[in-house]
Amino acid sequence: MSLFLALAAVALVAVSGGAALALRRAPELAQRAACALLVVGAALGLGAAALTLAGGEAAQIDARWSVPGGALALRLDALSAIFLVPVFAIPAAGSLFGLAYFPQARRGAEAIRLQLWYGLVTAAMALVVLAANAMLFLVAWEVMALCGFLLVLTEHEKPAAQRAAFVYLTATHVATLALFALFALLGSAAGSFDFSHIARAGLPGTPGVFLLALLGFGMKAGLMPFHFWLPGAHAAAPSHVSALLSGVLLKTGIYGLLRVTGFFAAPPLWWGLALLTVGALSAVLGVAFALAQHDLKRLLAYHSVENVGIIALGVGLALVGRAVGDPSLVLLGFAGGALHVVNHALFKALLFLGAGSVDHACGTRELDRLGGLARAMPLTAGLFLLGAVAISGLPPLNGFVSEWLVYLGALRAVSSPSPVVAWAVLAAPVLALVGGLAAACFAKVFGTVFLGTPRTDLAAKPRESPRAMLAPMALLATPCLLIGLFPSLLVPALHRACAAWMRLAPSALGEAASVAAASARAVTAAAAALLAAAAALGVWRQRRTRGAPVSDTWGCGYARPTARMQYTGSSFAEMLTLRFGWAFFPRARVVPPRGAFPREASFSSHVPDTVLDVALLPVLRSASWGAERVRRLHRGQVQAQALLVAVALLALLGWRFLWW
Amino acid sequence: MTILQSLAYLALFLVLPPLLPGVVNRVKSRLAGRQGPPLWQLYADLARLARKGAVYSRTTTWVFRAGPVVGLAAVASAGLLMAFGGAPAALSFAGDFILFAYLLALARFATVLAALDTGSSFEGMGAAREVTFASLAEPALFLCLITLARATGSISLSGMLGPALPLAWSRAAPALLLAAIALFVVALAENARIPVDDPNTHLELTMIHEVMVLDHSGPDLALILYGASLKLFLFGALFVRLVLGFSVQGLAGLGVFLAGVVAFAALIGVVESIMARLRLVRVPQLLVGASVLSAFGLVLLLR
Amino acid sequence: MRMSAWTEMVFILVVVLDFFLLASSRLKAVIRAAAAQGALLAVMPLLLAWHTTELGHVLALSIGALVVKGIVIPRLLLWAIREASIRREVEPIVGFIPSLILGGVGVALAFAFSSAMPLPTPEQHAFIVPTALSTVWTGLLLVVSRRKAVSQVIGFLVLENGVFVFGLLLSDFMPAMVEAGVLLDLFAAVFVMGIVMFHINREFSSLDTEKLSVLKD
Repeated sequence: MSLFLALAAVALVAVSGGAALALRRAPELAQRAACALLVVGAALGLGAAALTLAGGEAAQIDARWSVPGGALALRLDALSAIFLVPVFAIPAAGSLFGLAYFPQARRGAEAIRLQLWYGLVTAAMALVVLAANAMLFLVAWEVMALCGFLLVLTEHEKPAAQRAAFVYLTATHVATLALFALFALLGSAAGSFDFSHIARAGLPGTPGVFLLALLGFGMKAGLMPFHFWLPGAHAAAPSHVSALLSGVLLKTGIYGLLRVTGFFAAPPLWWGLALLTVGALSAVLGVAFALAQHDLKRLLAYHSVENVGIIALGVGLALVGRAVGDPSLVLLGFAGGALHVVNHALFKALLFLGAGSVDHACGTRELDRLGGLARAMPLTAGLFLLGAVAISGLPPLNGFVSEWLVYLGALRAVSSPSPVVAWAVLAAPVLALVGGLAAACFAKVFGTVFLGTPRTDLAAKPRESPRAMLAPMALLATPCLLIGLFPSLLVPALHRACAAWMRLAPSALGEAASVAAASARAVTAAAAALLAAAAALGVWRQRRTRGAPVSDTWGCGYARPTARMQYTGSSFAEMLTLRFGWAFFPRARVVPPRGAFPREASFSSHVPDTVLDVALLPVLRSASWGAERVRRLHRGQVQAQALLVAVALLALLGWRFLWW
Repeated sequence: MTILQSLAYLALFLVLPPLLPGVVNRVKSRLAGRQGPPLWQLYADLARLARKGAVYSRTTTWVFRAGPVVGLAAVASAGLLMAFGGAPAALSFAGDFILFAYLLALARFATVLAALDTGSSFEGMGAAREVTFASLAEPALFLCLITLARATGSISLSGMLGPALPLAWSRAAPALLLAAIALFVVALAENARIPVDDPNTHLELTMIHEVMVLDHSGPDLALILYGASLKLFLFGALFVRLVLGFSVQGLAGLGVFLAGVVAFAALIGVVESIMARLRLVRVPQLLVGASVLSAFGLVLLLR
Repeated sequence: MRMSAWTEMVFILVVVLDFFLLASSRLKAVIRAAAAQGALLAVMPLLLAWHTTELGHVLALSIGALVVKGIVIPRLLLWAIREASIRREVEPIVGFIPSLILGGVGVALAFAFSSAMPLPTPEQHAFIVPTALSTVWTGLLLVVSRRKAVSQVIGFLVLENGVFVFGLLLSDFMPAMVEAGVLLDLFAAVFVMGIVMFHINREFSSLDTEKLSVLKD
């Protein structure tokens, strides 16, 4: 039942873009029809996920397929269902947002293409999550990756989009290559490409499997140091596409890691520890790079690296738990990671849509050109603030709940008798550092964009976004609040998903789950106390200050402060980014003031991605330089080539005679 | 009985904190050879500010008005989780100290946003410093609390500061001592005290916390000052219980606890009298040092 | 408190002083910390071997360490910085915070893995090896990462402190001569460094060792 619902949903969203193409004569109607199809499909898909998470049996379909080794095997268990939630929820909200943000009436063919790939990528992601056969998984994976490429290339006339799209395409194919190798290894060892066979084969956890999975899935998920394609691609795409890419597409990498590690009953301890290390690196450096950014969407993209790092910390703890046979550790780590998958999808999509609204209203995403938007766009500001508080992991919103579960996992590790496992507790101070930095970063973003006064005279006078843009943001904000207030309601679903991952009966984890649920109920009580106290104080303050006079900001004795004297985002973050001087290679352009009466002076700085711009591209460039030199040999005359052949032969002969 | 005790402590938590800055100032004055303001000065200030009107900057929005309210509400609800004097907290669960730390972080976030809302470069400067030092203090605080968790085998504040603490001291004294030192440094930094921040400075350029609240007046300022004293009391309660980790029952326990908190304030007064404020670039060194110390404590327990 | 708790405290203080040495920029404070570490080292043989028969040997070792490491060398160094009138290590090659973090990582690794190290004799105290490794690591970091000649001498001093702690492991059959020889080496090194410093200072009016590389051509 649930699986058929999901399949219907996949079919509906896959063809949704077709409506935009078929009705292109009436663009407004076409876009609405496409959006309606996608939303209805998403609703069906969410229903299927909800049925499974509420305790429905895992459903499976097997059908034959002419591809060798392949089968049309689909399976919807609680683990898939958790991932189906963001896979369907975020594109639905994004498509609604697109009605006003990327109207077909104005964008024409661009919008049609975008909607085609938007529906198709959603369907492909759902298939990736549902596939129970390696061949089907890889096909869906490749369709998803290509749709992602085409989506990044939506505004294909922009050079930034072209560059980002091709970097993305290269990276994603390296990942796919690793996955082909991975499934070839697993398939040949198990004798079948069906996931159920591979899982039942009881394979040993070899280093090759884990490293290939980490490369293939880690590249897709954007784990440091494989994140290099991510900031560019997510910044170059239209905002509702970025929401989908950052909020959902990355998570298929996490899903893949979970699915593949789920094949092994007791993965080696070092798998978990390695994932913890990579996760810690991604989380800390992701947020550090985010702090150094001045483009709103690039900043949000780096935060995806950070949040994927947090998810990896949770999954790493769960893997450690499986290696040492500690069900509580598995449950807490998994629950934290999996819930953060959903949470991050919600608030990151909310923030990207907010960034899109700002871009739409002001025509720029440069933090240091914006300011004071909370006056012109109060509702957008409020929703963006909600997302900012959530992503900073602050109570009483959902980001806190999932990070708190990961913390609980780390604290569970500290009481472990094994000294090696106890070191996993270091995930907790790492999370604390990341939490502090993320809060600093979003104080910077919200403070620079929405608070204070406008820093520059913008060409367009910013106005509040239309309702079609606010409504999807509100739709995403509501679950952020609800999950934060009532986390205990989600514990049973997470418990079932964890049991599905471990391939155990849910009762094996019952004790740990009930402890987690009890603590989660206490979080509700604390959040209620917080809200009650805030409400009471707010009412009192409101009464005491009614009709208070208004004046200028206190300028500390300086008589003529201007808006340009406000702290900019870059100066706000400077003290923190200085601490990461060892990882950053900032590029600054300075035109110093000259002469006794200087007219012009300017300063601008940019922190490029260390992996891509400082390490990878120069290396590749010198490699291609070398290749160019070698190519000259091929272009030479016939005689020169014959000489080469002769020299090679002689060298081989010499080698044969001297050392054989 | 225990519920009554918890409620009594909670009431004390809401009433007593404004005394602490008074103690600090009195100690500082005495060490400087002055008479100093009365101990209850902050109560008088709060009463005066609550009656006064407020003035708002033209640039501010609802964020500025919500800042003090959220800040105080968050710190006050963090008090629900604190096990004052080792008595069980009003609300206790596995991992509650994480919520405790994050509620303080929420209060800071609200204050920082309110400061940025004024559009003043000075307040932006203070906000930048506040988030920088806070994000470096956060790992140190967590390392202290994790050391405590490992030593007592409990992951809720009531368990960590409760009856298991004396046993932990007898087994892991060096680690807990390192954690206590680091915690004191964190307390100084979080409460904007010398050597991190100078609460009495008169130059906006050198301030951190004070410069963020320049534009708040009247009831808003009262909320902020009261919230700051609550936060000082919370850190005092944590530090005192950690250091005086022996079990005393009933009223004697209450007496020991209160005397300890007053001594904590006096200790801050002494530190403020004999030390100068560090240069701002040196503050991260101090905070990273605190992290390293508490991490060393944790390593001693983990090996 | 138990006797072993006191011993433990002394070891931990030595490591905490390591952190201080890495974090502080004021040379006077650094020299005092190194002196305090030397004095603590002098206490160690007494705490570890107070029950042995060879009390005279232990006492001699202890007093020797106190005099040389705790008093004479620090005094010489204090005299040197006063003569050269330098007060701070400005701009080290590796900054204070990174070197502090590196030091912390080294200490954590030393304490985590020292139990896996094969040793010729049974350990008298579980903290000897990790403390020795941590202190040697700190000394190396100081020598590598600081620019001033005085800081480097302090680094050598701390390095030798680490070696001394290692020596405690063997104190049962360690010939006092070896330790005395090491102390003598160090003393000579400080002496030579003092002369060199004096000369660098006179030649360049600064104590930056990097200036020495100008001499190579």
